[in-house]
This record gives sequence, C-alpha cells and structure tokens, in this order.
Amino acid sequence: MTLPKLTNAQIAWRAAQDIADGAYVNLGIGLPELCARFQPEGRRAMFHTENGILGFGPAPEAGQEDWDVINAGKKAVTLSPGAAIFHHADSFAMVRGGHLDMAILGAFQVAATGDLANWRLGASGVPAVGGAMDLVNGVKQVVVLTDHVTKDGKPKLVDTCTYPLTGVGCVTRVYTSLAVIDIDPRGFVLREKPAGMSLDELQAVTGAPLHTDGPVADLTAPKVD
Amino acid sequence: MDKTCPTLADAVAGIEDGASVMIGGFGGSGAPIELLHALVDRFRATGSPKNLTIVNNNAGNGGIGIAAMIAAGMVRKVICSFPRTSQPHAFNEKYASGELELELVPQGTLAERIRAGGAGIPAFYTPTGYGTDLAAGKPVAEFDGKHYIQERWLKADVALVKAEHGDAYGNLTYRLAARNFNPLMCMAAMHSIAQVTRIVPLGEIAPQDVITPGIFVNTVVEMPTPRQEETRVRDQEVY
Repeated sequence: MTLPKLTNAQIAWRAAQDIADGAYVNLGIGLPELCARFQPEGRRAMFHTENGILGFGPAPEAGQEDWDVINAGKKAVTLSPGAAIFHHADSFAMVRGGHLDMAILGAFQVAATGDLANWRLGASGVPAVGGAMDLVNGVKQVVVLTDHVTKDGKPKLVDTCTYPLTGVGCVTRVYTSLAVIDIDPRGFVLREKPAGMSLDELQAVTGAPLHTDGPVADLTAPKVD
Repeated sequence: MDKTCPTLADAVAGIEDGASVMIGGFGGSGAPIELLHALVDRFRATGSPKNLTIVNNNAGNGGIGIAAMIAAGMVRKVICSFPRTSQPHAFNEKYASGELELELVPQGTLAERIRAGGAGIPAFYTPTGYGTDLAAGKPVAEFDGKHYIQERWLKADVALVKAEHGDAYGNLTYRLAARNFNPLMCMAAMHSIAQVTRIVPLGEIAPQDVITPGIFVNTVVEMPTPRQEETRVRDQEVY
C-alpha cells in the first residue's frame, strides 16, 4: 500500500499554520528549519537560534553570506529588522527560563508519554547533543516534526523510546507525514489524518494506541517545496 | 596598563603542556582561527603545548583551527556539545582510536557552566538532561515539584577568543553573532587572549558599547585580516 503521506515541506507547512503571530520560536536543525518559509500571511514569529540571535530571516542569496550571521545548523541566515544579538548564557536563559513560546524539533522516536529521543541512536558512533536537551526542558511548548515511520517502515511514535532520551514527558504535539497528534495523560490523541486512510490503517503504523477525542479532521496541505 | 601584544606567536607563548583551553566561537563565527594556528606552529616547532583539554561548542571542522590542533596530536580531551560537523574526520579518527577523550555537555549547560566558572558559582541546578544518560552520577534535587540535576562550574587556564575591536585595557566588542561563547570564556579563564581585527585607542569604544570589560582580558593581539572557518573549509584548506 502506498501511504497518502505529506512531504517534508508539507509537514513543515502544516506545523507553521499553528505558529501564532508574535510567538518566540526555536526551530531545530533540518526539517523544522523549513517552517520559517511557510508563515501564514499577516503573522510574524520571532525566530531564535541558540548561538545568539532573535529575529533572523531567510537565507541570503548565494555569495551574500555573512558567516557571523548563522543559525544553529551553521547555515547562513539574515537579520530581520528588530533582530537582537546576545551571548550564549543569555540565549539559554531564554530557553531554560521559559521565555520561548515554542520549540519545533526533529525526532528519532516520540513516546506516548511525551518522552523524546533525538540525539543518539545507540552506543556506537559519535554522540552529539547540541541544545536539544535545554530546549525540551524550558520552552513552553515542545512540538516534533517527523516522518510517521522510519525508512524501513517501523513506527517512530512508540510506547517507550528504545533510543537514549533527550527529555522526559516533554513533547505535547507531533506533526507527522500521516497525522497531527496531541500527547496528553491518555497518550497519543489523534487530531488529523489523511482522508484516504482509516484509523486502523494509521494505527497499524503507530507503535502505541491512538485515542480519539471528538472528530478527527482531514490532514491536508497545499503543494509546497 | 597595556595589554596589547605584538604577535600571535607571543600571545600564545605562555600556554603550558596539559593546560585547559577554552576556545571561543560557534562553528566558525567568533573562532580565533589565527591564534589556534599560532599554537599549532609552536607545537610543531617545539613539541609543546601538548595534552591540552579544549572547551568549545564543536570539535573542529575540515583541516583547520581545532581540527588542525587535533590532527597535530596536541589535544587529549575535548569538552563540547556537538562534535558532528560537515567534515569531522580529524575528531572522528582520534576519537575512534581512543586517543581523544570526549566530555559531551548540552549546549546551554556548557554555556552556564562556563558563566558560573567566571562568576564564582561552584555548582547550580538545571532541568537540562534530567532523566537522560547525561545525568548519570549527578546529584538530583526537587524544587517546586520539578526535578533538576546539579552541574558544576567550568574554568580554564586559558581562553582564546576572537573579537572585533579591542583596546589597551582589554575592552572588547564582537562582530554580529560572533559574540556567542566568547564573553563567557573570557570570564572563566585565568588568562584570556583575544585576537581582534583592530586595536583601537582608549575611549574609541564608548563605555556603554563595551561587551567584554577589560578586567576579564589579559592579552590583546591584532589580526587585521582574519579568514573565517567556513571560507577555509570551502577552499579545503589544511593547516
């Protein structure tokens, strides 16, 4: 069966629809970075990056990079009018001190308890944690963007994470290629799924029970890239 | 009082074997690449300083800066948050062979440990890392119903930073987001050495524009034409 799944850009687009005007938001490296492109008309979020910028804008044209204006992924960005620059201790005071409204992160696994694993796949290889453990413990709302399953088809939404944890009980919403899911004391609560997919079909690729709580809306996104 | 120093080589001449060295920057931004290369030159000429412990957000990229120090064999241990880069071969090879020890620290904890070291705070409690492998062995305490782990200050013998302007008293400014860890590291080291793009006369940096007050800085050396790590890595430079 070919799943009616969203592309990465569409997952980012869907999440971006829920970023409020005026929100202070940290976007993780990779897929979450795409959210900045899809801010709805008339809304303006302030994007934070760990290395000390609040209010950065899109990437500059090739050749126009200023390598003292970069994001956490070490990619060149630009400064929007009203941007501010600060040192690393202030940057993480914003993170841990509860001043940021939203952190949008990637994941290897998310558990029904809200546990997140996104920094290490196992004992081998070089571990790298960056700012993820700080973000999940201080930001008001932690959401995850991810494909619904791994490349070999295994669920990324699980009962218990088998990879090393980044944080305990920290994730409250997940945007995947097949669903929008809230996490509350019951576990995964399904909010949106593709119109062409049954609840049973979605449950079959999800590693913990999907609860419902009222109607489940259709998951849709325009063609974006 | 004059903290200026004529050459990069003179600026790094006093760093001893086994020293702990904080190195500013995030990726290439704010990284004192030319000071690091002066240190590599000294090691190649004299075999010293060796067995260094370095503190940085990353662990070197390509064949320059921290990666050149690691490849040269002068580094024993790296304390960092994110050793993964676009070209991490220098770190990866020495780490895989067991020649290089890694202490992995979450980025905000790294910044706060350095800040605490400079501010005379021996330990603090943070929520970061609670319930994870990185909390192993650390005291846990509950405050207002939430769990926190104890982290200790981080100090160093030397800090090497890159600033934009500096004066004879050691007052510093930074260019754009090249600030990052640099002001914290100047506070936390016994001896802080800043390479600056321009040494300016006293008073040219307006007092309200000073970012690192000179009390935290011991040596200022001018490097008027610094080349960023990103540009060097793109050019596949190997130092």
